[in-house]
Order: sequence, then structure tokens, then C-alpha cells
Amino acid sequence: MPPVTEGPTPLFGAYGIVKRFGDFKANDGVDLEIRAGEIHALLGENGAGKSTLMKILYGLLEPTEGVVTHRGDIVKLANPEAARALGIGMVFQHFSLCENLTVAENIALVMPRSLGARALKKKMSTVGTTYGLHLDPDRPVWSLSAGERQRIEIIRCLLQDPRLVILDEPTSVLTPGEAEGLFTVLERLRDEGRALLYISHRLDEVRRLCSRATILRGGKVVGACDPRQESARSLAAMMVGVQVGEVKPPSGVPLGPERLVLSNLSLTTSGLHGTALVDISLTVAGGEIVGIAGIAGNGQAELFDALSGEALAPEAGMVAFDGQPVGRLGITQRRRHGACFVPEERNGHAAAPTLSLSDNALLSRHATAGLSRFGFLRSAATKALAQHVIGAFDVRKAGPDPAAGTLSGGNLQKFLMGREIMAEPGILVVNQPTWGVDALAAAHIRQALLDLAGRGAALLVISQDLDELFEIAGRIAVLHDGTLSRAVPASETSREAVGLLMGGSGGVGTEAVAPSSTREAASHAH
Amino acid sequence: MRIDLSPRTNRSRLMDGFAPILAFVVAVAIGGVVVAVMGRSPATAFVTYFIAPLSEVWSLQEVALKAAPLALIAIGLAFCFRANVWNIGAEGQFVIGGLFGGWIAVATHGAGGSTFWVLPLMLAVGTLAGVAYALIPAILKVWLGVSEILTSLMLVYVAELLLDYMARGPLRDPAGYNFPQSVTFDDAARLPYLMEGDTLHAGVLIALTAVVVATIVLARTLFGFEVRVVGASPRAARFAGFSDVRLTLAVFAVSGGAAGLAGIAEVAGKIGQLQPSISPGYGFTAIIVAFLGRLSPVGILVAALVIALTTIGGEGAQIDLKLPLDLTRAFQGLLLALVLGADALSRYRVLFVPGTAT
Repeated sequence: MPPVTEGPTPLFGAYGIVKRFGDFKANDGVDLEIRAGEIHALLGENGAGKSTLMKILYGLLEPTEGVVTHRGDIVKLANPEAARALGIGMVFQHFSLCENLTVAENIALVMPRSLGARALKKKMSTVGTTYGLHLDPDRPVWSLSAGERQRIEIIRCLLQDPRLVILDEPTSVLTPGEAEGLFTVLERLRDEGRALLYISHRLDEVRRLCSRATILRGGKVVGACDPRQESARSLAAMMVGVQVGEVKPPSGVPLGPERLVLSNLSLTTSGLHGTALVDISLTVAGGEIVGIAGIAGNGQAELFDALSGEALAPEAGMVAFDGQPVGRLGITQRRRHGACFVPEERNGHAAAPTLSLSDNALLSRHATAGLSRFGFLRSAATKALAQHVIGAFDVRKAGPDPAAGTLSGGNLQKFLMGREIMAEPGILVVNQPTWGVDALAAAHIRQALLDLAGRGAALLVISQDLDELFEIAGRIAVLHDGTLSRAVPASETSREAVGLLMGGSGGVGTEAVAPSSTREAASHAH
Repeated sequence: MRIDLSPRTNRSRLMDGFAPILAFVVAVAIGGVVVAVMGRSPATAFVTYFIAPLSEVWSLQEVALKAAPLALIAIGLAFCFRANVWNIGAEGQFVIGGLFGGWIAVATHGAGGSTFWVLPLMLAVGTLAGVAYALIPAILKVWLGVSEILTSLMLVYVAELLLDYMARGPLRDPAGYNFPQSVTFDDAARLPYLMEGDTLHAGVLIALTAVVVATIVLARTLFGFEVRVVGASPRAARFAGFSDVRLTLAVFAVSGGAAGLAGIAEVAGKIGQLQPSISPGYGFTAIIVAFLGRLSPVGILVAALVIALTTIGGEGAQIDLKLPLDLTRAFQGLLLALVLGADALSRYRVLFVPGTAT
């Protein structure tokens, strides 16, 4: 157990931190003090400099200027080993685990070699019992859920008895139930006198867990507060610098005819770790947004591919757009049926990062926007289309037509959403519409989705963000292990109920739904 | 200390254009040192390599004649390489194009009547033979997942041995005193000379046309866009609705056709008959040319001229200065390495970061 420190000297301090990448200052004179026995939130939009600061504290980056102190003494964190030696541990957002090794083997990878296998297992079970982090040391990692994988990362971190634990977006892959379990562990660590630096964009969690928050914007500290005294909206306003408006659903829009129908869609997977889709049925009517909740890796990517035509259904009738069977058609022909698609991965799937924005406009619109004639490109029309999207969706960029990869995540997502929404699709399928997008841009995107539904389009939104789904979706279904639960009106369900289904403990409601009953349930939630 | 490459935020277009020129200058400097170490005057060697071939009409024509097939093959390969498809067998497609196109010339040898169709037929058959031969590795790749690098390379030796057999066997000139070569083609089966009494033939025009056509196709057509997208991001290309199977077949066909056309143009132009060997390795050198030219048709034309110049100059140096031909090849390899290096340096800044690597 680390000694509990009290008093004015912070456990760790960072003063005047500047980090330059070329001409760009990712951190610009940042001060941060972390005391023992507190959970300290680090808040900010994407690109505010949170990751940079975190990497400096963990010895992954060296600051251009500024110092890091430990109990008042200046320390040099040349690499993560040095940081670990000072008692700094880190739980990364993206797990660095070997899928084919067991839990114990993955933990042994980062432990001193002198520690024997039996001693390691004993330590693991001690930590496991103390904190309620139970894991079978002999299970291979690929068979574990995201929450269980995160437990490995946390145990790896705790085995080194850290005095400061840095957590980067720890709940982004967890169900609400799993997140609760994590919070209990974190509170326990805090009570032991350890310090925790908690990075999250989920403001409700921050308000619940953290006693102090430092807010970054544009690489600078713009405020500090006690999040328990703030509202989620006031925190968001501090992060983006302006008040974030709530999205307004169009009220009282009568639902149109069924536009997107999935009938008993089953799809085997080709990859080793892919998820097979099992007997999925769903209807989406014009004017409606149906949300698909679920933890990553439960078939979202497979469902998206089956809808977009990047994966073909076994039978044409399993996927129907506006009454036409399209299950055996490729993505271009499905686009010609008036459908548009926005995949989860921006760079490398929705967009080619090295190509210009106008080339990327061409990417998904070449067949449907009259951008080519007799095989020749109409570059003026393509550029005009790109500029139109850039203007309408307020895409911030450098230069008139830069490469897609040079845009920030939020701006690229705005461009890609705009590219599809401005095609005025009858059917729009979106996977993770606001993943990694700042609050302001996310609100803009959600409003655009609601407006599109208001114009009579059928929208299917796959998202891991329950807040987002409850904000925009009329009905919500849960994808778990390749099966889809019944879509229920958002007004008639709760986060807890959806959370249970996400964890696979729904019990009822996983049976396919008959189209007739869907229509009754489809009354708009708002 | 560790070394980082960080992308340049404000790349100047001037530097981008200047980088390969700088690389060339550095290559010449290194070459000069090597020549000096070998006991020859670097200045004389420079003149022999780079100035002498440009100073006489005949050697200028030789440079153009060597550059033409290199450029034509490399342009076809640029389509493959941009689409991340690795056709290493252009040499074989070149040979097959020459063989089957030349077969028409042998078969129509001495035929009476109107013969205006012979040359167009030869060019068409040579091109199509190249396409067909290139489709073998392409189909194996899309159908069975066989690495096109291995199959296309191995088919080079099959093609060379086939030509060798045909030139010594079935297509040998019966009145040729058992020399392993076919009859000399009729005039109707030869590419016309551009000027009377010169060696420069119409094959050069074919290469120039290919530069123009390929530039337009890559920049202005949906097919060119497909090639660029697949090369830049294969998953995004599938999202765009471009089939990688179709594209793999298409770019193999384009590069095979270009190599086959270059092959028959070489046979019907410079050589004028079928011999056991018709290529000094054009198909392999074209790979260097394609990358030296940064996979852009105009760049490839320049690169082909530079490589042709060093080759002709190298022959001169062999004769005048007794410098080995290997030195020329080493220089060409050095040039490629330096141009690729200069490209990387114009795109990235090198940062020396103190501290231990993590």
C-alpha cells in the first residue's frame, strides 16, 4: 500500500508544460496538480491536448518546455519505465493485449522476468480479491469481453502498486453495468490514497466520480472546477467555449411507409474474430430514426457491411430498400436505390486519407451525383459538390481542397456526414455518427440527422453512446453477439434496461419482431 | 537517441519538384568519387556518360529508342503499382508480345497482294498476347489467392524459354544457314522510320502517345480514380463500390498490354526479326523507371530518358574508359535509392530526439 500523503505539496505536478509538434502547440503552458486520494478529471474536446499531456506524464512524450514534479521535486520522465519507477501507471483506451495469449501470459509480459508463474498467479488473485477484479488467469484473451480485457489492463497496472493511475476514456467500451463495477474499483483506489487522473468525455461520469477537474481547450488550461458543483451542460460549455444547444427533434412528424426492412438476415463471418449475424429482423419507416445499441464487437461492423452491400446477404429478400430486394446487390447499386452509408472508421473506410476532399466526395457519390460522364470525371461538378458540403457543414480545414487525412476527426466526420446527408438519401445507415467528435460538432451532426428524418428519410444509427441514442432515436434495439433485440420506443425503455441487453442478460425481447407490430411501436418517442 | 520522421506541414511545391534533381546531383557526385577511386578522371567520365550521348544525332536517337520501350512498359506498370498490385513479370509480357506479334510477320513473309493490314495486326496481336499472358498471374491471384509477385516473375522465364525454342525451332528461317533466328521481316511488317536514313522508328511515337493517354486516364477518368483510390486505401475503394477483383484484372491487362506492345514495337522496329533473345532486360529496368518517375506518366518519360542516357553513356564508358557495365547498373540503382530518399525527405522532416527509444 502506498503511504497516504496529505498537505499542500501535490503528489504530482506539471508546470508550464509546452509541447510543440512543428509549429503546432499541442500543450501551451499547461499547469496541473494531482493530489493523493483524489480522482482528478482532465476534460477537453478532441485536440484540446489531453492525450499529449497524459503521454508526457507517462513518459511517452517529452515536453518542449516545462517540468514535472513528484512531491515537489523536479523529475525527468524520459520513458515509461522511468514513470513506472515513480509509481505512475496507465490504463490505455486501446488495449495492448495479445489476443492469442492467456490472461496470465499477458500480465507476465509486462512484469519483471524474475517473477515466476506461480507467484504471478498468486499476486493476480490477491489483487483480484482485494478489488473485485475477477479473472480466470488461464483463459485466452480473445474469448474475453471488452470489460474483462480492461480488467487485465487494470490488474497489470495495479500489480506495480502505482501511486498515480491515469485512465484514458476507460468506459468507452463498457456496458453501463460494467462501468459501475469500474467506478467501485476506482473509488476504492482513491480511498486507499492513490491519485487517479480520469480522462473522459462522458460528463455524467466525471460529475459522479471526480472531485476536481482541469479543463483544456486549444492546448491551454481554461478552467478548473469541482465537477460535482457543475451541470453536464456547464462543463460542456467550458470545454467548447460556447453554450452547446440541445438538439431539437421535429415534433409530430407522422411516420411514412416502411423504407428499410431486414427479414431474418443471417450472415456467417469469414474472419477469425468476427461476429456472425443471426436471424436479424427490423423495419425502419420513413421519418424515423432507429438506434442500434451494443458494445463494440457484437456484430456492428458486420451489420453495417450487410446493409451497405460491402457484404452480400445470402438471399436478396433479406434486405429490402423501399420494397425492393437488394440483399444481393453491391454498394453502388444500393446507392442507386437511394441509400447512403457512413461507416465507423473515418480514415481508410469512409475516406481515403491521402486523397483530397473533392476526390473523397467522388468516392461515395460517383455513381449517384452525375459526377462522371462516359467514364470521364466532371471535376468542376465534383469540386462544387465538395465545397457545398464544406460550406453547409462548417468544415474547418487548411487550404481550399486539402487531403482528408489532414482534417481533425470532428471536421472530417462533419464532411463525411454532410457528403451523405446532402445526397438527400431515402435511407441512411450510420455507424457511430459522433465517435471522437467534440460536443459542438456532435450536436450539429445529430441535428442534421433529425432534420433528415424530418424530411421523410429512414435512418438506422448504430452507436455505442447510449446518451446519443436516447437523444435522437425513436426506437432502440440492442445488438448482442450477432442477435438483435426487439426495437422498443425510446420513451418506453431506460438506459438500465438497454444496458442489461447490451450485456446479454435481457432474457426477453430477443425474438424477431413481426413487421405489423413494429408499426404500432413506431410512434415517435419525442 | 531516436530518429523520428514527422510529416511536413507546409510542403513547398518547388521542393517537391527539386528533390529528384538534387538526388540526381548527389548520385553523380557519389559516382564521381567511385570513378576517381577506380583511377579515372571523374570529369571525363561525366562527359562520357552524360554529355557525349547528347552531342551526336545517332546517339540521341539511340537514347530515344532505348527510352521508348522503358517508358511504355513503366507506364503500364504504374497502373499496377498505384493499385498495390505487383506485376514483376513485364519482361515476360514484353517477350510474349514480341513473339506472337512477330509470328504474324513470319507467317505473312513473302505473301503477295495488299499487305497494309500486316503491321496493325502485328501490333494488335502483340498487345493482346501481352494482355493474355499478364492475365495468368492476375487470375491466379483473384481466384486462388496466389501471390502475383512469384507467378508473374516465374512466367518471365517461361516466356524467355518459349521464345528461345520458337526462334531456334519452328520459326527459324529455313534458308538461314541454321542461325537461330527467323526470316527478316518484310517492309510491310516493320515500323516505319520517322526520317529517311535514320534509326528512329515510329515506336517512339507509340510511347509518347501512351504518356498522353495515361496522363488523361489517371487524372480524368473514373477508371483512373479507381486505381488511385485502391492504391490509397483499399477498404475505402470497396466502400466506393470498386471491385478489387475487377481492378486487379484490369491493371494487369493494362500493364501486360503495354509491355506486349513495347515487345512487338521492339521486334517490328529495331530488330526486324525474331531472335532467341529480344530484350536487354527492359521489363525489369522499367520497374526502376516507374518508381523513378514516381508512377506518373510524365515523370516516367523523364526517368526513361535518364536511364536510357546512362545506359548509352555506360556503353561509351565501357569502350572509351574501360569502365565496367556493372558500374552503370550500380549507378542506376543508386539513383533510384536517392530519388526515393529525397522524396521521403521532402515529405517528412527528420527529428533527432534525445533520450532512449521507447
